Amino acid sequence: MKELEHDSRNNLEGLKGWLNPSRYGWERISYWFQRITGVFLLIYFIGHVYETSTIVNGQNAWESFLELTQTVWGHLFLIMVIGASTFHSANGIRLIFTHVGIGLGTPGRPDYPYNPSSLNYRQKSGIWIALILSAAAMYYGFTVLFGE
Amino acid sequence: MNNSNKNNKDEKKIVLKIFRENTAQKTDRHYDKFNVPYKKWTTVLDALLHVKSYMDPSVAIRYSCRMASCGSCGMKINGIPRLACYTKISELETSTIECEPLPNLPVIRDLVTDFSRFFNHHKNVQPYIQSNDGVDDSDTEKKTFSFYQSPDDVDKYLQFSYCIKCGLCYSACPTVGTDLKFPGPQALAQLYRYFADTRDEAKNRLDIVDDRHGIWRCHFAGSCSKVCPKGVDPALGIQLLRSYMLGISKNEKKLAKKIEIKTNEENI
Amino acid sequence: MERHRMLKESQIMKIHYITGIAAIFVVAVHILMRLIVPFGSSLEYDYIISNYKNIFYVFILESILVLISIHGFNGIRIILLELRQNNAWENMITIMTISATIALIAYGTRTIILANGL
Repeated sequence: MKELEHDSRNNLEGLKGWLNPSRYGWERISYWFQRITGVFLLIYFIGHVYETSTIVNGQNAWESFLELTQTVWGHLFLIMVIGASTFHSANGIRLIFTHVGIGLGTPGRPDYPYNPSSLNYRQKSGIWIALILSAAAMYYGFTVLFGE
Repeated sequence: MNNSNKNNKDEKKIVLKIFRENTAQKTDRHYDKFNVPYKKWTTVLDALLHVKSYMDPSVAIRYSCRMASCGSCGMKINGIPRLACYTKISELETSTIECEPLPNLPVIRDLVTDFSRFFNHHKNVQPYIQSNDGVDDSDTEKKTFSFYQSPDDVDKYLQFSYCIKCGLCYSACPTVGTDLKFPGPQALAQLYRYFADTRDEAKNRLDIVDDRHGIWRCHFAGSCSKVCPKGVDPALGIQLLRSYMLGISKNEKKLAKKIEIKTNEENI
Repeated sequence: MERHRMLKESQIMKIHYITGIAAIFVVAVHILMRLIVPFGSSLEYDYIISNYKNIFYVFILESILVLISIHGFNGIRIILLELRQNNAWENMITIMTISATIALIAYGTRTIILANGL
């Protein structure tokens, strides 16, 4: 009965579980976005630190590297970074508040249909605001990058 | 009356797609389909029991009370962990209903899963009231106390004490899906339940889960509270517990007043 | 249960929250510096070099480097810890997180120092 040992990974949802944000509502979507944007932003950050380091090799090196990024795809990538960082920041602030127990309501006496107080509209609004801010920042980035 | 007559005549049928596997005999995983009649009030558990009674008695399910009190019949129904006895077929509004074992718990057979890991995590958080003064120092004689709690004191933990250990939250949690050492929403909410109880005098409850696989691996995806059939709201308990661990909420628990109850012998 | 760690997980998470909030402010200043002049000219070589010579801005850049490296790599540590659970994997993650954080901070600081001297 090795399969039934406590450390068995049999039937674990695994990565598929958290990569699929479609089943449990907005909070799960926000969790998914927060992770995806976090990983994406770290990758961008490492690339950005490397990219900017070319400046120490003089003006030519800087300008030739800059040319690589000043393309339509480069700008679209940067717009994604703007959106991701705005969402990650706004939603991150919301999460810090929730992690210290603010904005969740207080324990009470649950009754049918058992709507959980922690999944309230303050939380959902926070997620929507983060998404709207992110879209607005992307739009602003678009006008700056493609408006010239 | 007309409606019920009509229902009796034109009985509706649903396709019940049931996950089958016997891990002891190492059978292949597959799904069996059954056409099951249902009425407006038929639950998924009723349909499964119909299959067992009239179509295939070998289908393995775990159930007991049929009224969302025992927490035995948790399973993944149409992709979401639910209690079979608490889910009406008519409310699912699909022509096929897929029943699978609860994810994140090892399958024993068909829809029956092994809860050992789940209960181990539950035990690890010391889910019982710890009272230091229950024992007399001089002669280790056990004394009986009655505790005084105001309704406000009770409200702090009552919601979390409604947990029926059905494992739905544990199955829905995305962290549990990959992290075997994470206690899961159920155990963490129970830790808060005893932490918030004014009768409990345990000193180091918070240290139990201040670990790299502990409470900090909760990212408030809220799925646990979403699927809880009793309104326990584990996500709320976990965040409130975390606020104590971060020092935002001050841990100045006023312990419940205890009055010693004299036994009849002593009174005589 | 885990014992004998340099930092408790609650302390690491406090660092995670603080670095996250602080990073928002310093990155905001960094972005503003790109926007107070037209975006195209904000990336010109001379303007960038003048930025690197501004001690206030250097302080901002170094802060961003330290804050986001710590916050970002700790985030990756958390994701990786949740993927597998055994001592070898977890120790490797700890070592990799610390070394990657130090390496990125060192590499970025090198750019700041060298560009400051140009």
